[in-house]
Amino acid sequence: MAEPAVTQDQEKEEEQKVVDDGIDVGISRLTTDKIETVINQVLKTETGARLKTYVNTCIHCGLCSEACHYYMSHDKDPKWSPVGKVKQTIWEMIRKKGRLAPEEIRRVVEIAHTECNLCRRCLQFCPFGIDIAYLISMARRICHKLGVTPKYIQDTAHSHSVSMNQMWVKGDEWPDTLQWQEEEARGEFPTLRIPLEKEGADIMYSVIAPEPKFQAQLIYQAAAIMETAGVNWTMPADKGWDNSDMAMFTGDNEIMGRIKRSHFETAVRLRVKRIVMGECGHAFRSVYDTGNRWLGWSHPPIPIVHAIDFYYELLKENRIPIKEKFKEPVTLHDPCNVIRGGGLMEKSRYVAHALCDTVVEMHPNREYNYCCCAGGGVINCGPPYKLKRVKSNKVKAEQLMEARTRGAKVIISPCHNCHSGLKDIKNYYDLHMDIKFFGDIIYQIMEKPE
Amino acid sequence: MHDVYQFVSGPLAWVAFLLFIGGSLYRIIAMLAEVKEKEPFIFTYMSLKYSLRSILHWITPFATYNWRRNPVLTVVTFVFHICLFACPIFLLAHVTLWDEAWDIRWWTLPDAVADVMTVIVIACCLFFLIRRVTQREVKFVTYPSDYVILGIVAAPFLTGFLAYHQWFTYPVFMILHVLAGEVMLAAIPFTRLSHMLFSPFTRAYMGSEFGVIRKSKDY
Repeated sequence: MAEPAVTQDQEKEEEQKVVDDGIDVGISRLTTDKIETVINQVLKTETGARLKTYVNTCIHCGLCSEACHYYMSHDKDPKWSPVGKVKQTIWEMIRKKGRLAPEEIRRVVEIAHTECNLCRRCLQFCPFGIDIAYLISMARRICHKLGVTPKYIQDTAHSHSVSMNQMWVKGDEWPDTLQWQEEEARGEFPTLRIPLEKEGADIMYSVIAPEPKFQAQLIYQAAAIMETAGVNWTMPADKGWDNSDMAMFTGDNEIMGRIKRSHFETAVRLRVKRIVMGECGHAFRSVYDTGNRWLGWSHPPIPIVHAIDFYYELLKENRIPIKEKFKEPVTLHDPCNVIRGGGLMEKSRYVAHALCDTVVEMHPNREYNYCCCAGGGVINCGPPYKLKRVKSNKVKAEQLMEARTRGAKVIISPCHNCHSGLKDIKNYYDLHMDIKFFGDIIYQIMEKPE
Repeated sequence: MHDVYQFVSGPLAWVAFLLFIGGSLYRIIAMLAEVKEKEPFIFTYMSLKYSLRSILHWITPFATYNWRRNPVLTVVTFVFHICLFACPIFLLAHVTLWDEAWDIRWWTLPDAVADVMTVIVIACCLFFLIRRVTQREVKFVTYPSDYVILGIVAAPFLTGFLAYHQWFTYPVFMILHVLAGEVMLAAIPFTRLSHMLFSPFTRAYMGSEFGVIRKSKDY
């Protein structure tokens, strides 16, 4: 790993000079009294025995520390450990009975939003099974109610609220983009369609808004795979097509509920049997685990199939003819929300082995894999925090480097946030590895019409 | 001195056991009632199979990823908790007291073994104390109450050891020992020693979430 170009002093300065209107302006409007009211309102009415029991059961043993990539990447400085972060947020709120000064809230919001990815690895390390991610989420909820949330991610939550998608994609831009990709793809697959509003299709395919916004080729690839595998699928023409959910990460549960309802209701309106979603982790968490529960469904009302699971099914049934397996050795990144949160570790490996000649495991792997440091809304807090984000995942760079020394040239990352996060890491630490989605590889190696 | 002993081993013992049993029941029932009132969805996900899977893994040495990663701490933790429970419950002197008071008796440990176990508990407490002071990640989250609960646990064993060996003034240490034991019992429901009561529940819930929803391991 070559030394980064900028000096450490310059970086330090840049890290400390974060200007974030979402936080700065929000803080300027706070008083201790207001903070006290909000904290106590959330702690008393929105939390219950769960939070209390977690706080009372924790014996301050520190065994969660080494689960955290922030802690491991900052020379085991305890202020970055999971319990250390709970101490600086929730415990402080309880200890001071909610009477925190506005500047103390700044530290809370920094920790909750930019120093924890809610990846839940520490949950597997705690001997008592304390849900540390839940505690940090509650800190975010409190910040949200105080009107103090990093500006970039707050903007995406606003976008969700207004347009029901994450990227301010306007009503006509969505079908236009699909039509454009359909036309493009028909050059290669003459009979290909992106069927809009096809009632009674087997599958509704949903994506995150960044796909139509700036990664339209992913929709092209998905359509190519659907066409080749002969899937009876559809996409909605109107709101409800976006499965992403940044409101879940800003603690704006009300908006989370609205966008998940819209997504589920769209699937119901189209009378599809299942929702298949693209290679995105946080959206899976929202649809499969968090958003559905907020709406009162113990399990998703319609079966949710993540892309990994879907590709597994197609490959297992030999529905995607492969011309030639992918030659370059790959390593497989396990995204927290679909592996630790969805149990797709073995299916992911089946897909990787079905597509690639050589799969090099990184260590640790499967549900014990290190986080990408981008998910949980952290990358969505935007450029002001990018440097902190990449520097806080040195341990991931080392993990990837180790896989590279054993021959891995390409990282497969079946999650959008991981994809972007790992890209920043490989650039910063000069890893010289390529990053791909499963979809990229399938599209590349499958048989196409002459 | 005799009157003091009569008092601590008589009425105070009743108070301690009442606080321990009553307090424990109260804490558990209050917690479950609050879950039922505010977070009843938790019951929806509880699964006996995955609760047991989680609990059994975590009460077995080296059966979890994190236990394997910390071999020394794992051995100390397990040895500590086993001695902490087994020694007072199966101590001949204690069983004799039950026998005399209630006419109930059970299997007992040889005194020499109990003596070694006592020393082990004290040594483990020292280990935890040193760990708390020297390990940065533990020190950072240590509050005065952490030393207090460690002291509460160590005290009955330390005083019991001194009383048994009659190294100093036996009656004083005997009284202190009884008192220390009573303080520990009474403190369990009302301090973070309550992890003894709550950990099976938190473990069961996390195990159920990981088993039913996340389909992965929480150990």
